[in-house]
Amino acid sequence: MEILMSIVIGVLFTSAVYLILSKSLLRVIIGTGLLSHGAHLLILTMSGLKTGAAPVLKDGVTSYTDPLPQALVLTAIVISFGVTAFFLVLAYRAYQDLGTDNMEEMKGNESND
Amino acid sequence: MINLPLLPILIPLLTAVILMFFPKRIKAQRFISLTAIGATIVASIVLAAEVKANGIQTLNLGSWPAPYGITLVSDMLSVLLVLTSSILTFFVVWYAMIYMDDKYESFFFYIGVMFLLVGINGAFTTGDIFNLFVFFEVFLISSYLLIVLGGKKAQLRESIKYVLINVISSALFVTAVAYLYAVVGSLNMADISQRISELGNSGIITVIAIFFLLVFGLKGAIVPLYFWLPGSYSAPPIPVLALFGALLTKVGVYSILRTYTLFFTQDTGYTHEILGVLALLSIVVGVIGAVAYREVKTIIIYNIVVAVGVILYGVAAMTPASLEGAVFYLLHDMVIKAALFLLVGIMIAIAGSSHLKDMGGMIRDYPRIGWTYFVAALALAGIPPLSGFIGKLLIVQGGFEAGDIVGPLLVLISSLLVLYSAMKIFMNGFWGTPKAYHGAKAKLANRLWVPAAALVLIAIFYGVGTEAIRPFITMAVEPLIDPAIYIEAVLKE
Repeated sequence: MEILMSIVIGVLFTSAVYLILSKSLLRVIIGTGLLSHGAHLLILTMSGLKTGAAPVLKDGVTSYTDPLPQALVLTAIVISFGVTAFFLVLAYRAYQDLGTDNMEEMKGNESND
Repeated sequence: MINLPLLPILIPLLTAVILMFFPKRIKAQRFISLTAIGATIVASIVLAAEVKANGIQTLNLGSWPAPYGITLVSDMLSVLLVLTSSILTFFVVWYAMIYMDDKYESFFFYIGVMFLLVGINGAFTTGDIFNLFVFFEVFLISSYLLIVLGGKKAQLRESIKYVLINVISSALFVTAVAYLYAVVGSLNMADISQRISELGNSGIITVIAIFFLLVFGLKGAIVPLYFWLPGSYSAPPIPVLALFGALLTKVGVYSILRTYTLFFTQDTGYTHEILGVLALLSIVVGVIGAVAYREVKTIIIYNIVVAVGVILYGVAAMTPASLEGAVFYLLHDMVIKAALFLLVGIMIAIAGSSHLKDMGGMIRDYPRIGWTYFVAALALAGIPPLSGFIGKLLIVQGGFEAGDIVGPLLVLISSLLVLYSAMKIFMNGFWGTPKAYHGAKAKLANRLWVPAAALVLIAIFYGVGTEAIRPFITMAVEPLIDPAIYIEAVLKE
């Protein structure tokens, strides 16, 4: 299972890098979304995927899932959700004001002001 | 008081929540924000006195014992940084009240500043690596608001890049924490430090160390990763720029300082060597930028890169003297960068342009501003007895003690060029033939001078009163040299 997850994370990271390097702003934002998803899956995978028991520690229980990564992922998802929402609004506003969604045309010089 | 470490985070947080209910009542917003930051300063001073008297203060949130819950740790280093950040924010907000238009202020400006302070104070105080990420996000999201507020075309263009860079570095931060958690199985910084030292010299820890350097280097703007800084920081208005330049990069520097003295002390021949080389490159590139540009904002922005390099060179050398110098210089640089940005902001307000070709002869009409800037420029370069001197002296001494010659020499040479770049502004802006100024805000200049001069006064006091401040700095450096002090304070039963 860990191997499969690693491959999925790898694919997510690869696609994210490809999308972030593209010119269209919307693709870049989707790329950042994929990048955070890859990171979130990585947290879950790196702590070891255990099947079965719930994260309850009692006498006699030997196999239980580590609850901490799930708490971390929850926090990270909330943060990336908020930032992505903000980023989308920012991109829309920038598109309205600058008249382009092409990163190539957003270089910082006088003619683009 | 047991909850004391929490106060510098809690006061701005509650204030921000209260302020949200009446964003259009500008006078009330101004009064409440200044009062709240004042209260934060008082709380930090009390906390500093407590740490001085009774050693490192810790607070386990929700009473979960140390390695399991989130722990707030106030050692002297974090208290000093919290205190400095709060003082800086106080003067910058004071400046902003005069500088900003009313319309601007009514769009959640003070609320953004409050949350920024929450994130920064939290990042300095927390003793939990994932919580550090959360506080990073708190101040980053506030900085997204502050950088785009105003909605000028240049701001929109630059803030997209700023947000993009920070989203990517946050994802890398989560990844790095995941790797670290996989190896050591803990998030508490003291516990991690202990477990890493039990693990011994292991290759994977070195990889994680470089990963963290990448993440914090992006936030702290060390050389190959500083490329976003000049563009993004030149977009927002001056008070916001002063906050960013003085505080945000320093949080990245603090995180490197903390992790590289607490966690990654096994393979210093590799990790600290890389850090040292990158720090020296930052000095070189920053100096080149500072000397090359003739735009006042950009000159000071490149000086941030130089300062980050100097501080991190002190961290990389890892001798007691150089670490003490790094802490001295870190505090000095926060104060003096804020002061310089505020003073340069006054020049821009007078001239209506940030380019040196539109300035000249300002000292005739504004002698006070000119001479304050002169003193600040000397302090930036580290002319004794001003504030930059002692830090640089200790860093250079530490570098020589570590058997390095190139590094200390570069630091010394860079001082000259930094002085040249700052004096370039003085000579072209304040001396020479007076020009016709078109600044709409020129009549505010003398009122804007007061908070800026107050910061320069603090810088002078920090330099002249080094003897009085030194015991605090020595105490701040102790846990950096010997992580056992930090571990024992956090994990004590």
